[in-house]
Amino acid sequence: MHELTLAEHALRIVEKSAHQADATRVTRIKLAIGALAHVDPETMRYCCEMVSRGTLADGACIEIVHSPGRACCADCGAEVELKQLGESCPHCGSYRLDVCDGDQMLVVDIGIV
Amino acid sequence: MCTTCGCGGGNATIDGLALLLPRYRKRATIPAQSSYRLPGHDNAPLGAAHAPDMTPERILHIEEDILADNDAQAAENRNRIAARGLFALNFVSSPGSGKTTLLVDTIRRWAARTPLAVIEGDQQTANDAERIRATGAPAVQINTGKGCHLDARMISLALDRLAAERHLPQNGLLLIENVGNLVCPAAFDLGEAHKVVILSVTEGEDKPLKYPDMFRAADLLLVSKIDLLPYLDFSVDTAIRYARQIRPDLPVICVSAKTSEGCDAWLAWLEAGCAALQGRTG
Repeated sequence: MHELTLAEHALRIVEKSAHQADATRVTRIKLAIGALAHVDPETMRYCCEMVSRGTLADGACIEIVHSPGRACCADCGAEVELKQLGESCPHCGSYRLDVCDGDQMLVVDIGIV
Repeated sequence: MCTTCGCGGGNATIDGLALLLPRYRKRATIPAQSSYRLPGHDNAPLGAAHAPDMTPERILHIEEDILADNDAQAAENRNRIAARGLFALNFVSSPGSGKTTLLVDTIRRWAARTPLAVIEGDQQTANDAERIRATGAPAVQINTGKGCHLDARMISLALDRLAAERHLPQNGLLLIENVGNLVCPAAFDLGEAHKVVILSVTEGEDKPLKYPDMFRAADLLLVSKIDLLPYLDFSVDTAIRYARQIRPDLPVICVSAKTSEGCDAWLAWLEAGCAALQGRTG
């Protein structure tokens, strides 16, 4: 259940930014979780809600932006969508796919009052 | 009072008594959108962009990696480990793949080639560190409690502990045995040179496909317990093929701590890693 740890990391980022901006409350948190990232987005949402209880971000709306996985095929050069790791290149069948997008886990922005 | 135009009732009174604020503020909901807006004014005439006594919500752009602080600590660990001339490996696998047995066997075979130290990670008990110490090698046990993985901060504290006990070697090996878990440790950089994933032949040969993050993160696959192959239906070729679907060109060494098969190749890989490190650091 590493999502709980990741949610704690995300909350630290949120709290630091909110304090620096003299916020009284965090109303919403936008996260970007790629399809190939190491987390389950819904578990992450649950964990974020849990760890933010009793903090500035208590009750904040958690928005998760999903970005699709993308990879470059080292054999045919095509840039392809990758739904999950272990898929082959739809053009040439190669597994030599270098992930170029969709493995990010970011705090994108927050809403504060 | 509204800071946009001065309207509002925050200071308004009737017969000298402060007005109670309208209750609609309590009912205000916060739809997800990324622009300036005022909670509670979704139904305002013409979508009014100001309101009395309301602090406008502001959007703070952050764009920070959730693992940024772990990665920063891992980079610090990496510098510290490099400054000591240590070849650091992070051993990851399911519980029961034989990590500790392999480490104990490796330490005995490594003998006096270089000094080494071990950091053990488990939820509970110091059993593994005790098994390592029985070989004569220094070991620190991290207990993660409910935690399912080691992180860079824990490694930093373990390095402090080794240094305080004068057990942090100069030029040698630092072996980190992660918590037995094929999922969570994949995300956490500890400052190691490589993750080494261990897959025992008593597990399913499709583990690389089921748990791809870990096999993608690893730079070496050790297939362990190969002395048991005659009693199992495990196909080493299939397991390697699956692992290379996830991580093409992943180097593989098949080992048995019982029969010593493959141990020379494994020790040669370790020696090559140490030699490359010494070459880089002069």
